[in-house]
Amino acid sequence: MTDGIFHLTYATWWYMVIGALFTGYAILDGFDFGAGAWHLFFKKEESRRIALNAVGPVWDGNEVWLVIGGGALFAGFPKVYASLFSGLYIPFMLFLFVLILRAVSIEFRSKEKMAWWRQMWDVCYTISSVSLAFLLGVVLANILQGMPIDAEGNIHMGLIDVLNPYALLVGSMTLALFMMHGGIYLMMKTEGRLFAKVNLLTKNAIIGFLVLFSLTTIYTLIYIPHLSDRLKENSTLFFIPAFGLLSIANIPRLIKKNKYLAAFIFSSLSMTFFLIAVAVELFPTILISNIDRSFDITVQNAAASDKSLGIMLLFAAVGGPLVALYTVFVYRTFKGKVKLDEHSY
Amino acid sequence: MEVEILARIQFAFTVAFHYIYPPLSIGLGLLMVIFEGMFIKTGDESYERLARFWTRIFALTFGIGVATGIVMEFEFGTNWATYSKYVGDVFGSALAAEGIFAFALESGFLGILLFGWNRVKPWVHFLATVGVFLGSMFSAVWIVVANSWQQTPAGYHIVGEGLDARAEITDFWAMVFNPSSVDRLLHVWVGAFLSGAFLVLSVHAYYILKNRDVEISKKAFGIALSVATIFSLTQLFLGHKSADGVAKNQPVKLAAMEGHFSASGPADLYLMGWVDKQNKTTTGIAVPGGLSFLVHGDFDASVPGLDAFALEDTPGQVNAVFQFYHLMVAIGMALIGISLLGMWMWWRNIIYERKWLLWTFVFAAILPQLANQFGWYAAEMGRQPWVVYGLLRTSDAFSQMVTAQQVLFSLIMFTLLYTILFLLFVYLLNKKIKHGISNPADMMDVRTHQKEITDKLLGS
Repeated sequence: MTDGIFHLTYATWWYMVIGALFTGYAILDGFDFGAGAWHLFFKKEESRRIALNAVGPVWDGNEVWLVIGGGALFAGFPKVYASLFSGLYIPFMLFLFVLILRAVSIEFRSKEKMAWWRQMWDVCYTISSVSLAFLLGVVLANILQGMPIDAEGNIHMGLIDVLNPYALLVGSMTLALFMMHGGIYLMMKTEGRLFAKVNLLTKNAIIGFLVLFSLTTIYTLIYIPHLSDRLKENSTLFFIPAFGLLSIANIPRLIKKNKYLAAFIFSSLSMTFFLIAVAVELFPTILISNIDRSFDITVQNAAASDKSLGIMLLFAAVGGPLVALYTVFVYRTFKGKVKLDEHSY
Repeated sequence: MEVEILARIQFAFTVAFHYIYPPLSIGLGLLMVIFEGMFIKTGDESYERLARFWTRIFALTFGIGVATGIVMEFEFGTNWATYSKYVGDVFGSALAAEGIFAFALESGFLGILLFGWNRVKPWVHFLATVGVFLGSMFSAVWIVVANSWQQTPAGYHIVGEGLDARAEITDFWAMVFNPSSVDRLLHVWVGAFLSGAFLVLSVHAYYILKNRDVEISKKAFGIALSVATIFSLTQLFLGHKSADGVAKNQPVKLAAMEGHFSASGPADLYLMGWVDKQNKTTTGIAVPGGLSFLVHGDFDASVPGLDAFALEDTPGQVNAVFQFYHLMVAIGMALIGISLLGMWMWWRNIIYERKWLLWTFVFAAILPQLANQFGWYAAEMGRQPWVVYGLLRTSDAFSQMVTAQQVLFSLIMFTLLYTILFLLFVYLLNKKIKHGISNPADMMDVRTHQKEITDKLLGS
């Protein structure tokens, strides 16, 4: 019926839109989950408030990327949405639970002065931030290594199967990555002693991330060959992970030179390159069946109609720049070090 | 069966809880735009104080609304996988539009609305307030469009058979403007305005009664009373239009709403009553032939009753549909009565001496909330046994892979979480109200005080 745009089908374009949305989500909510994970390391009340208000005006907008990403998946690939969300029921429900808990912690902690009240919400804030980062990694790992998907697209997995060794490894790596990423963000937002503390913590996070990242890479190359097939066949694609590695290498260098914004950008780029690499390796499959590859849920067999995808691509073309515009506007308004005032959390 | 029931309970519970907050955000958004607009126009500082005060309350409702809203989106996939596959092509585009055009606008400007008072120029801040308000209005557009498509599907065709059957979009605008969407959207918007206006009335009536911030409260009370009067009257017409649409598009639902059984013949209009589905009787106070008159303008016109349809195509809980519908209508009438009475006394300038009326306004804030809830219960229970009217049954729509135990687990989890959330919400709302409308002098104090603390803690 239609040739798509630039010789790529509408479904392929939508695959890229969804990839872009979840990459954006990982970069944005990544830093605020990371900042949340550090929260209990700050001992003084004032430090905690500054750290919290560093994400205060933006965490809500960051979460919208998840809402849009989820909606885009529902609309563009209903089968993926249905299979994945019902198949990983308990992990997703726990994800929702901690997501709400986190929102509530941010919202409520500073509303009362009692020390126990603030401590309680601080603990909830950290636990939920850590769990969210970890669960995102767990879901990603299961998508990467494939799941027992039957001919009807149903996923047969218990909670124990979901929490397999690879998922635990990728979950931990994601947490370390976000803590590094969030640490860099906090460095842009803090000053004085708090800044010095964040600086030290972030250095530890970088080391932790590098160790876990290396382990994940080795495990992936050995046990999950389908994630490097395409790279081995087509060596020009090697630039993607290479740029990812260079971006990672650039982070400590830039931190040493006190260029935190640049470090943050390269931390975001490293996530982007590695997510592009896995998207390229998976394509055109979205959910791999490890029962029988003919049961794979793919860009072709899961896509909504071209009519529907065409409408939504138009939405994305109009809405995308708008979203970018006011995201930039908000971050510009709140740029620089955190200053607490009567409106702060 | 058990999974279906549990999944329905969970969805109903999480969506009902969610629906406490977005209408408040939309309604308070309208009032905030008016207050801040008045400040920009007149330069009267008291309007700025009102805008700032209500923004703090708004922040509370908005935050919970967003957090509980994400649950709804995910639940389509987790608990209603078959439904998701069936409607994704149609429903999905509305949901995607909601995310891109509404939520992003809302949340983008929210940061400036809440934290930008001292950082941007007043008119930029006003723009952010308008942006958040419009965003919340748009989000209502898309979600009501999606729900209306489930009530009156249009602009689609069915492809595939059996388990693979699904709806595909053929005409986007026909889907958006399906037969019920405009009526229902206006009905929902106005319901939201009323819930905001009555909360503002409630709080300021309380301040006037307690002799606090009286002058400023009177200004707010007057504005909110006008909004409440205009929209409670508008709602009467919009509600009637909505019911007309139901008569045309979902005759089974109409029959359930009025407890009308006989297959043909005139239908009565009940003021109150009780439906016995087993014995097919409805007892209560009714206007004979009233429903026939409302639908056809003729007391003797025939309206198809529940008996005209196969039993398996009629709602299971007819009495509940009847009661929720009638409660909603009764509350709507009460809101008109209270608003008009208030307007009359306000016009005669005696309202602030009528303590009993002010107390009525204090407690009336709960009424629009109840009407919004009951209206949705009637609309959704009246749609049963279909999840997509006439196309997909609820009993075919739930996730096949999810077990009853899993749903029970998540249901218990949400019940606990939402109970705590609700208690905290009420506690903090009460606290913010008791704290009162702070004035600019207070804000200065807070700021200097904070600076002292900062200096001390940072050791500089």
